[in-house]
Amino acid sequence: MCTSCGCSHGEARVEGGAISHQDEHHEHTHGHSHDHGHSHDHGHQHSHSHDHSHDHSHTHDHKNDIHFGKGAARSHAPGLSQQRMVQIEQSILSKNDQYAAINRQRFQAGNIFALNLVSSPGSGKTTLLTTTLNALKDSISLGVIEGDQETANDADRIRQTGVSAVQVNTGKGCHLDAHMIGHALEKLSFEEQGLLFIENVGNLVCPAGFDLGEAHKVAILSVTEGEDKPLKYPDMFHAADVLLLNKVDLLPHLNFDVELCIENAKKVNPNIEVIRCSATTGEGMQAWYQWLESRRIALLEKQLQPLKNKISAIEQVLAKPISAGVVN
Amino acid sequence: MHEMSLAEGIIQLIEQHAAEQDFQQVTLVHLEIGKLSNVEVDAMRFCFDAVCENTLAQGATLKITESPGVGWCMDCAKQISYQALYQPCPECGGHKIQVTGGNEMLIKELEVN
Repeated sequence: MCTSCGCSHGEARVEGGAISHQDEHHEHTHGHSHDHGHSHDHGHQHSHSHDHSHDHSHTHDHKNDIHFGKGAARSHAPGLSQQRMVQIEQSILSKNDQYAAINRQRFQAGNIFALNLVSSPGSGKTTLLTTTLNALKDSISLGVIEGDQETANDADRIRQTGVSAVQVNTGKGCHLDAHMIGHALEKLSFEEQGLLFIENVGNLVCPAGFDLGEAHKVAILSVTEGEDKPLKYPDMFHAADVLLLNKVDLLPHLNFDVELCIENAKKVNPNIEVIRCSATTGEGMQAWYQWLESRRIALLEKQLQPLKNKISAIEQVLAKPISAGVVN
Repeated sequence: MHEMSLAEGIIQLIEQHAAEQDFQQVTLVHLEIGKLSNVEVDAMRFCFDAVCENTLAQGATLKITESPGVGWCMDCAKQISYQALYQPCPECGGHKIQVTGGNEMLIKELEVN
């Protein structure tokens, strides 16, 4: 486990290589180095020895006064333990949230619209994504981060469309986290002001809890799954802003109740939008592209407004120059 | 949820604070786990015990306070007690509920020396 940035990736790899930290986190005094190729199961022992050099910058005065240092007051009588309470008030997920916030800032700075695609395996996520990429690639800059336990198959499929893709393999991991995305972004080169699709590991449980810094989670459900999926996996459907109900071309062969499925999705998320589509026949895909475009514009406009306000404020100041003898 | 990776996260945060606040050993870890947070308290205890071995929190007592679920029902336009996610409002039966409390997983405080 990396104690400098706090990641415990075990076997996570970006583009086949272990995640390296050579370029980051050097503002601390821990001199130890560690490799990240090691795998560990969860019974592992932390065998990093930390040589802390403590800066005790208080002075001893020889009366029985209490010295006020960091945290609660301490007595320096030898032999007495310096027991005290330290207030933390910090969310356990704060590390992932911190990385997610950094990713989000990066996206904002580059005017990138980032989406986190989530579903169970076999929903048609990758086919839907390649169809989308082929439809949009001539009008806007695109990039993809692929997440799977193993293989680079999906990233290879994406690259065949001509779009830049980075594969993250989580090894034993079951979801992408914000730190992995941060590293993957370093390997991805695509122009700014575009769309970034993050195809999460096929899993309807775990990705729900991990913010990657995306603008929206997009849930994909196939009509070959059950109508009660939203009720069985509520966290995921609650976290998503749009549900793509895919493979509708197969409906004549199935006993799938579309209205019931939508009703179930709205029970766990009243605001979820539902788009029925088929990546193979193209049905409904226009509605999906329109959703993408309208949400992308909405996000850019939201980012634009404070900048416009700033420009307006400065223009007002410029409009009233101070000249000698004139009192405003 | 991921009690094991959450427990590892707790140790990481503790180690970070140990460096910043100058303590070497933790004797008590006080967590606040919301009723609506998807964390199983028993699993958390089990994982914490496993993960704190050979760390500065080894042997520390784990104290877990469970905070109640609170929601805002948009139909009732008021705060309601909310026992479980995705359930209807206990007062009006509606589903338009925003969770306003009880979904946090916090490290409240540590007893250290």
